[in-house]
Amino acid sequence: MAAAPAAAPAVDRTVLRVDGLSVGTRHTGLLHDVSFQICRGERVGLIGESGSGKSLTALAVMGLLPEGLAATGDVRLSARTPATRNLLDLPERDLARLRGDGLSMVFQEPMTALNPTMRVGDQVAEVMLIHRTQPSRGAVRRRVVELLEQVDLPDPAHLARSYPHELSGGQRQRVVLAIALANDPALLICDEPTTALDVTVQATVLDLVVRGVEERDAAMLFITHDLGVVATVCERVLVMYGGRIVEAGPVQDVFGDPRHRYTQGLVAASDLTGAEGRRERAALPTIPGSVPPAGRFPDGCVFRTRCTHADEVCRTQPPWVPRGEHPAGETAYGHACVHPAGGYGDE
Amino acid sequence: MSETPSVELRNVTRDFRRRRTSLTSPAPVVRAVDDVSLTVARGERIGIVGESGSGKSTLLRLICGLDRPTSGEVYVEGRPVHDQPPWRLGWLRATLQLVFQDPMSSLDPRMRVRDIVAEPLVAQGRRSGNRERVVELLERVGLSAEAADRYPHQFSGGQRQRISVARALAPDPDILVADEPVSALDVSVRAQVLNLIDEVVEGFDLTLVFVSHDLSVVRHVCDRVAVMRRGQLVEVAPTEQLFAAPEHPYTRSLLAAVPDLQQALAGRTAEDLAAGVARRER
Ligand SMILES: Nc1ncnc2c1ncn2[C@@H]1O[C@H](COP(=O)(O)OP(=O)(O)OP(=O)(O)O)[C@@H](O)[C@H]1O
Ligand SMILES: Nc1ncnc2c1ncn2[C@@H]1O[C@H](COP(=O)(O)OP(=O)(O)O)[C@@H](O)[C@H]1O
Ligand code: SF4
Ligand SMILES: [Mg+2]
Ligand SMILES: [Mg+2]
Repeated sequence: MAAAPAAAPAVDRTVLRVDGLSVGTRHTGLLHDVSFQICRGERVGLIGESGSGKSLTALAVMGLLPEGLAATGDVRLSARTPATRNLLDLPERDLARLRGDGLSMVFQEPMTALNPTMRVGDQVAEVMLIHRTQPSRGAVRRRVVELLEQVDLPDPAHLARSYPHELSGGQRQRVVLAIALANDPALLICDEPTTALDVTVQATVLDLVVRGVEERDAAMLFITHDLGVVATVCERVLVMYGGRIVEAGPVQDVFGDPRHRYTQGLVAASDLTGAEGRRERAALPTIPGSVPPAGRFPDGCVFRTRCTHADEVCRTQPPWVPRGEHPAGETAYGHACVHPAGGYGDE
Repeated sequence: MSETPSVELRNVTRDFRRRRTSLTSPAPVVRAVDDVSLTVARGERIGIVGESGSGKSTLLRLICGLDRPTSGEVYVEGRPVHDQPPWRLGWLRATLQLVFQDPMSSLDPRMRVRDIVAEPLVAQGRRSGNRERVVELLERVGLSAEAADRYPHQFSGGQRQRISVARALAPDPDILVADEPVSALDVSVRAQVLNLIDEVVEGFDLTLVFVSHDLSVVRHVCDRVAVMRRGQLVEVAPTEQLFAAPEHPYTRSLLAAVPDLQQALAGRTAEDLAAGVARRER
């Protein structure tokens, strides 16, 4: 079922609008001209190998870039009325007011988000107290139990009294999710939330994430390097390499019929099954070489040092080629490759 | 088939005593490995699969002589491991080598790659020819000779895993034991490292014991898969058979939990994934 692009929406449903975002140190560019939008109720994946710039993208949006990194461009949370100013220009005080409220995030390692010396129920309560999103302390207490129940934790009233170290990795991640969803954010960013979990726990956490954002009609940016996870959770995907978005579009099209050679390589390397139901002794397909360290990506097409289709033309930055209409704009569906896969006569 | 198996486990059990949680009740006992019997033939590639906490790593530690069973017997190449003190297991280090999940914490950050790779040789008292051997090994795993003079942090995750494999191959072992060797890696690097393991197992005629929580990873590398749950082996079957017709419900739930790309594109949702996972207690 190919995603049929809908007609332009009557109301602006855009929640997050990122325009020309660049991030770097004084000497090295790390993200280059990243642009995308996410609409209300939309789940968008951000994929790429380790070192591609996925986490930096998330941190820039959250205003959590580490010391020494600076961002330029335009990032707006337009779900707010009135729409926020450019988040990149917002003072930390105002950003802090947004974080955990309009905008929240789940990280890979739940322990980084939890306070080890505080009962988990109190931590869920805290985010509501800080932002004053419940009318009374009693309401907060009831809401804590409700939230823990929503993320499928057993005996929530009792569990609320536990400390993080008393919980399993999967349970901790559920608590973090409960905190992230407590104030019904307009945008949830998840950075590899299940990478540290094993497959069965991952399955239940993914289900809870999807349910949580669906119930709230929230927008989600979901970061992972696992294509199977993105295809399961998201409807649209952004492919990042060398700090640039090299391809974007509906999951069906990008993974089922990739255009950019990098995406094509990722899709091929993800398939461990080989021929139908049989282990192939033949080698698994891989992408040649490895991700260069920051600042060592080539100019022109960032992927050209690893691309088997690269030629002279690829030495200049390939333009963005829109592949179709999309309600989230032209950056939502297209690619930046001058010798794309998938056309006639390919391979 | 009277050949001595590479690894043989007979009714192996390992209990751990947990710290007491209250003064009145006795210290709880965790049975990490519960009456496991398994024979791995020479040259076989066996996968051990199960969730976190199912006992996979504990089982590996018993096979490697890093821990002793509470009861039962462990034999490697026909020689007992279960009742031997560490200083009597020198022979085991020569025949069986390990690769771990996290190549950063398993490689000493203060040691040069040259010394890391030569470590098993030095441990065996081998002093001469190590330099040449290290270069040969590095090239065998797809690294250049100059890697020898660098430190682990100067390499990517996949390259570090290549260093681990080179170190494991150094004493020319017969058995390679790998605990989640690709779980921390990206998809593309994962494929590269799986290919490398495949290649060295084939090239050096090794027996492979490969632990993973993800059945799809084991599929490419192993001939046979043992599924572990709460310390017990609930199903052991040839890989193709296990994938085509999993018998135990737990095996089915593990299979159902893998977010497979093709199935997702065919419409399988997160809700479907979760529904396939048997409801768990706790
Ligand atoms: N030294 C120990 N002391 C007490 N309990 C232990 C010890 N080692 C392991 N266990 C317990 O034994 C059980 C099996 O642990 P093991 O590490 O073998 O699991 P695993 O299958 O390798 O899990 P993972 O996928 O998380 O690595 C767990 O309940 C664990 O907590
Ligand atoms: N604080 C920092 N200073 C300098 N370089 C950084 C910093 N944080 C990340 N980088 C570099 O930016 C690139 C992208 O990093 P990251 O966003 O973490 O990638 P991903 O999340 O895709 O794995 C990497 O090359 C990384 O080394
Ligand atoms: S633009 Fe050129 S180098 Fe880049 S992916 Fe396409 S073919 Fe390869
Ligand atoms: Mg990251
Ligand atoms: Mg383990």
